[in-house]
Amino acid sequence: MKFTYETKKDTRSGFGAGMEYLSHNNPKVVALCADLIGSLKLEAFIKNSPERFFQTGIAEANMIGISAGLAIGGYIPFATTFANFGTGRVYDQIRQSVAYSGKNVKICCSHAGLTLGEDGATHQILEDIGLMKMLPGMVVINPCDYNQTKAATIAIAEYEGPVYLRFGRPVVPVFTPENQKFEIGKAIHLIEGSDVTILATGHLVWEAIQAAEILEEKGIKADVLNIHTIKPLDTAAILASISKTGCVVTAEEHQINGGLGDSVAQFLSQNRPTVQEFVGVNDSFGESGKPADLMEKYGLNAAAIVEKSLKAITRK
Amino acid sequence: MQTQELKNVASQVRRDILRQVHACQSGHPGGSLGCTDLLVELYFNSMKLAQDANGKVVFNMSGANEDIFYLSNGHISPLLYSVLARRGYFPVKELGTFRQLNSRLQGHPTPHEHLEGIRIASGSLGQGLSVAIGTAQAKKLSNDPSTVFCLMGDGEQNEGQVWEAAMYAPHHQVDNLIAFIDENGQQIDGPTEKVMSNRDLEAKYKAFGWNVLRMDGNDMDEVVATLAKAKSLLGKGSPIMILMKTEMGAGVDFMMGSHKWHGVAPNDQQLADALAQLNETLGDY
Repeated sequence: MKFTYETKKDTRSGFGAGMEYLSHNNPKVVALCADLIGSLKLEAFIKNSPERFFQTGIAEANMIGISAGLAIGGYIPFATTFANFGTGRVYDQIRQSVAYSGKNVKICCSHAGLTLGEDGATHQILEDIGLMKMLPGMVVINPCDYNQTKAATIAIAEYEGPVYLRFGRPVVPVFTPENQKFEIGKAIHLIEGSDVTILATGHLVWEAIQAAEILEEKGIKADVLNIHTIKPLDTAAILASISKTGCVVTAEEHQINGGLGDSVAQFLSQNRPTVQEFVGVNDSFGESGKPADLMEKYGLNAAAIVEKSLKAITRK
Repeated sequence: MQTQELKNVASQVRRDILRQVHACQSGHPGGSLGCTDLLVELYFNSMKLAQDANGKVVFNMSGANEDIFYLSNGHISPLLYSVLARRGYFPVKELGTFRQLNSRLQGHPTPHEHLEGIRIASGSLGQGLSVAIGTAQAKKLSNDPSTVFCLMGDGEQNEGQVWEAAMYAPHHQVDNLIAFIDENGQQIDGPTEKVMSNRDLEAKYKAFGWNVLRMDGNDMDEVVATLAKAKSLLGKGSPIMILMKTEMGAGVDFMMGSHKWHGVAPNDQQLADALAQLNETLGDY
């Protein structure tokens, strides 16, 4: 199957569109934001439902606690900010007041990873998937484009329990179908192949598709899966793909330590030991720069996925 | 409930606290004894709680249309457990499982084990006021006229999140909230004035926009009167803060006046000496 796109959009705008939908369709959804309304694309939600929006100011810890309190009162809080401030900065608040307390809070964060670009490493969190997936009961989702982020936003409102939804700032190709149903924990099989499995999440899914096309020119057929949900991991889909290909490359805009690849390796080592290569940031911080330049420098693009795929195949 | 009856309940609750902590030889008796009068007053007098047709309390996580209490300084859990059990949320004999393996009465309170009466985990300090504000705002959004209460420690005022919440509540006119600070002047490493001075909490909270009251938290008559006054100030645009002077270890003479009993369990002889000072009004578990 050939993937094409007509427009590029930012995933955070998909979140904003999902929130706009929820402002009309779910009166229990409330939104909180720590002084980043424009960056989170919350304008439409606030315009439609001003009474269901809570501005917390630059006080993320308080925002998480208030969200837990709103959840107790029967609402479905979407706590929003940048990924660095919504996870690492408030880890203990999420751990105690949300995860351990079992509260129905949705932590929705933009500007995850390197692709926020010029602001540099203080804001480029590459550890958030790891932090969140370690919390018992936390669902972790990293959608790949505008349409999927919108669908995921709508889907998590229907799910009872804590969720971390991660998205970003750059415009990326919109290639998933509009109004595709989003199923938490259900991987999407994008390309059929038998030589190497590529498991990608977030912005790296489009890069994985590009990589598969390059590999095909070399006569290599990649089996590509969109792992939008890192936890719970769709182990059945992964196992089905591995049994065809016998090797795997994981790709994510995150530290290799603690990311999707880690989860995959942990599962495979116990169930079907498999040659694996990792596309991710290798134990370093990011830096300022243009998003595409950063992805190139840190090895997070189609070229890197191709290279790791060839290596995985030779190691089989 | 009459003040004398509240005092009788408080005496039993203090016995429960000491016996829980003694049985597992761990926990925090000092602050628990100091805040006993407040929690007894709230749960047996001021708070409007959901009840069934027979007048027995019933627990709903949402707390819709009933008053809600949050304990932010979760280490005084033996007090909260005793008050909840004595009020009828769970069997009093379950107090005997405090801090033991497979118990719902964890060292610090949590809803994780589905203990009736507990809505949020606390223990890592500084988080409860934010949660209370969130629930208070949920009540406003639902046109629920009931009140949210929250107790913090004075040592807990060291935590930055408390001040984020202190700034937020007046800004958003969260005026269905009554918070308390237990000013016992002690924290683990010594007197609060030496470890990290709070200086003038009344001036600080007033400057943030709170309506601030003071009371002697170990004088039941004054606790009843101050709660009544605080409730008369609800719905007037400002959250309410009650600064409550207490004595750590209140009710047991040799536990008072020092931070020594913050987190230390009494031995057999000390338990006997302490219980001799407290009437068994409702029957030990």
